[in-house]
Amino acid sequence: MGTEPASTGQAFEAFEEEAKRERVHGVGPWRLGLRRLRRNRVALFFGFLFVLLVVLCLAAPLWANQVAGTGPNENHLTDTVVVDGEEKNVVALDGVPIGPTWQGEFFLGADRNGRDVMVRLLYGGRNSLLIGVTAALITTVLSIVLGLLAGFFRGWTDTAIRALLDVLWSFPVVILGVALGVALATGGLRLGPITIGGDSILIPILVIALVFIPYMARPVRGQVLSLREKEFVEAARAQGAGPLRIMFSEVLPNLASTILVFFTLLIANAILLEAALSFLGAGVRPPNPSWGTMIDEGVERIATAPHLTVVPGAMLLVTVLSINVFGDGVRDALDPRAKVRLEH
Amino acid sequence: MARFVVRRLFQMVLVMFAVSILTFLIFNVIPNGDPAERMAGRQPTEVQIEAIREEWGFDENIVVQYVTTMRKVFTGDLQSYFTQLPVGEEILRGLPRTLSLAIGAALLWMLVATCFGLYSAMKAGKFADRFLTIIALIGISMPVFWIGALMNYYLGFKAGIFPNGGYVELTRDPIDWAYHLILPWTALAILFIGFYSRLLRSNVLDTINEDYVRTARAKGLSERRIMVRHVLRNSMIPIVTLWGLDFGAVLGGGAILTETVFDLQGVGQYTADSIGLLDVPPVLAVTLLAAFFIVFLNAVVDIAYAYLDPRIRLQ
Repeated sequence: MGTEPASTGQAFEAFEEEAKRERVHGVGPWRLGLRRLRRNRVALFFGFLFVLLVVLCLAAPLWANQVAGTGPNENHLTDTVVVDGEEKNVVALDGVPIGPTWQGEFFLGADRNGRDVMVRLLYGGRNSLLIGVTAALITTVLSIVLGLLAGFFRGWTDTAIRALLDVLWSFPVVILGVALGVALATGGLRLGPITIGGDSILIPILVIALVFIPYMARPVRGQVLSLREKEFVEAARAQGAGPLRIMFSEVLPNLASTILVFFTLLIANAILLEAALSFLGAGVRPPNPSWGTMIDEGVERIATAPHLTVVPGAMLLVTVLSINVFGDGVRDALDPRAKVRLEH
Repeated sequence: MARFVVRRLFQMVLVMFAVSILTFLIFNVIPNGDPAERMAGRQPTEVQIEAIREEWGFDENIVVQYVTTMRKVFTGDLQSYFTQLPVGEEILRGLPRTLSLAIGAALLWMLVATCFGLYSAMKAGKFADRFLTIIALIGISMPVFWIGALMNYYLGFKAGIFPNGGYVELTRDPIDWAYHLILPWTALAILFIGFYSRLLRSNVLDTINEDYVRTARAKGLSERRIMVRHVLRNSMIPIVTLWGLDFGAVLGGGAILTETVFDLQGVGQYTADSIGLLDVPPVLAVTLLAAFFIVFLNAVVDIAYAYLDPRIRLQ
């Protein structure tokens, strides 16, 4: 610090000047996190892979119309396809469907009804991803609301919400999903004026969303409980902030990294649960394709046509793995100490 | 201690009561349509539906309905409307198979996950650690019924190394029993190995920096002794808790997918078959049973904790 300044005004100016010269950029936690994530090549690769898979599935109609020339539910039981200049039955006379041809038509082979597996895989991916993302979104929103209400108001509200979560948590995930799926399968669901049909894709979405709520709402509540004792919440309260403002502009932003990590984990687990429910016949209703229903149909015929099982399962594995690795990277980048776990 | 146990058991009864109400709501109230029609399953006759409506009291008020349902569950009057077999007996018949699967798989996943997690933590950041992390992530990203079906087909059916599904009674031939269960145990364990090894790894990495570990090292204890006696022991506590809970979940129907793929004919497969037929009474019974196992093992874990750590009793 060079010469002693003559007056406080001068000192202030000198200080300001120095501050201008050596301006240290404030780096927020988000930017720090992003910087760390950018260095994590593996996580970035898998994140990119996931985006690619989503784009592929979204482009399903393009593949169906331009390349394969068939729809996801179109049967080709008696049709033939030319492979390497040789004409072959799509479904052989003994009922065994054709395997991967590695060309436009029946790229990954056909199933027992002579439907194009590649086309079904892409359309099924749309359903699986749609269910996964929507269910994860619903779970996240409801968990935040429940967790905030319980953790913030405590007392009677907390007791009621906690009891509800404890009861939901007492069911194994697959069993609760199956029970709800079976119960809703025949008649559908009536919520006030809205009636949802039993074969609607909304049923598995709602079932999966509900089942995962306790796994996220409980930790969110715990975090809210500890956050509300922090000094900055006290400061906001001293300034006269009401409960809504404290919840949304003081507590919620501090939950953001937890929420983000949970959201990615939830997508992965919702896709897996969709597959499990569909496999058991309590999820997506055939002939609607989803990766779960495709595996279900494949396992029945694994001895004669293993590609029907291998293909959708491998696609599911790659998708869920890419979400999990990317989610892991996000967690490490934002909050390395967080211990987040979801079970099935 | 006695007071804690009583309080915890009372709490357990309360939760079970709430669970039974929720189960009742799931099957009888929330869905759209006539519950008697749903209970009768696919293509019932008008007479059947009327009989079921009468039997379950679907015309009565909701409290009476709940009591009727619960009485049926506890007296073992519940019966399938397809096979006409009593649900309770069918579950009891499947239970030894489900237990065989759950116990073997639980031991396997705990053992392997402990080795993986510990080794991974000791080599943190190195190639072995990264490799094991990827393996664990792949393990938790696979549907258990998919890997099970592939194992059954490629190792059982095609290569013929293992039997292609099925179950042999333990009392008849213990070796054949284990031989038939190797693939199901492995398939079921894979997912949990992924979870547990990752959890153990992060716990070990936390524990390694504790003061008592530094003290142990300063005392000149061997690295092996430090790892096993001080680090591993303390890192295992939360994992053993989870183990209890997950075991309960697997026992209570968590193995439904594995059993179906390997044709083990346990409680899980019974459930799966009933789902396929939209047969409500068995699904209702298994749902309650599953919740019971989880709530019960949860209480056991809590009581064991209170026994080990007196501070918990006072909360």
